[in-house]
Amino acid sequence: MSIAAAVPDDDLLDSGYLSVLRQQMVKFAQMHLGDVHLAEDAVQEALAGALVGAQRFAGRAALKTWVFAILKNKVADVLRHKQRMVDASSLCKENEEDATNDLFDRRGHWLSDSRPTAWADPQACLEQQQFWLVFEACLDGVPAQQSRVFMMREFMGFETDEICVTVGITSANLFVMLHRARLRLQECLGQSWFDAKDAPKKKGRR
Amino acid sequence: MNCDRATRLMSESQDRPLSNGERTALEVHTWMCVGCRNFRKQVGFLRQAMQAFAKRQDDDDEGAGAGRV
Repeated sequence: MSIAAAVPDDDLLDSGYLSVLRQQMVKFAQMHLGDVHLAEDAVQEALAGALVGAQRFAGRAALKTWVFAILKNKVADVLRHKQRMVDASSLCKENEEDATNDLFDRRGHWLSDSRPTAWADPQACLEQQQFWLVFEACLDGVPAQQSRVFMMREFMGFETDEICVTVGITSANLFVMLHRARLRLQECLGQSWFDAKDAPKKKGRR
Repeated sequence: MNCDRATRLMSESQDRPLSNGERTALEVHTWMCVGCRNFRKQVGFLRQAMQAFAKRQDDDDEGAGAGRV
């Protein structure tokens, strides 16, 4: 890889490692930007910026933290300057199609199947590799536009006003989308992890 | 107040301050509704998990093999 050749030193920047890192970065950027070309651009810029002086890093972990910090800023920039991602009608359509009211009865009470049950020791799951696989799968299951604003809010830490301006929606609309994303995630984590009878957590618990 | 509305307020409480009226109505509802009591804890956990998830994206480093099952 040409970037590696340009920087002297060492196995910190060997092309095998760099290509793995690059793939992780593209995955990350694409998750936020929802567009492979924008993602590739952001990653290239971030890598080019980050690898100047990369020899200074003590190891891959430090390098990676640095590279992802730069990428995160880059992605936040792109999100801020990107044109309104969606028009209101496509948002409304998605919201209608994603009938989270399949969780509630006509009077707005939990259907017995979907009533949340207590989760045993959720903190402990944060340490379990298997949990994060389920978590990512659940995130993937959130409808695209909801996922976009949810990630801006919870992952990138945008203020709600900024999301509304960027995406071009009202705060009422944003609150509905965030609520639905959370309902979906809660439902998915409940079904796929906490309520799952033979969840690996039972074996893996420390 | 029903569960649909209560969960919406619990979600919104992560994004804006609730009014006194909203908070009171929510308290009364969750006091009586075990499903919504659970949901309230879980929506708080979601935020915490997302923060841990964001951090993992940074830290999930050279041990890509080591920690994995």
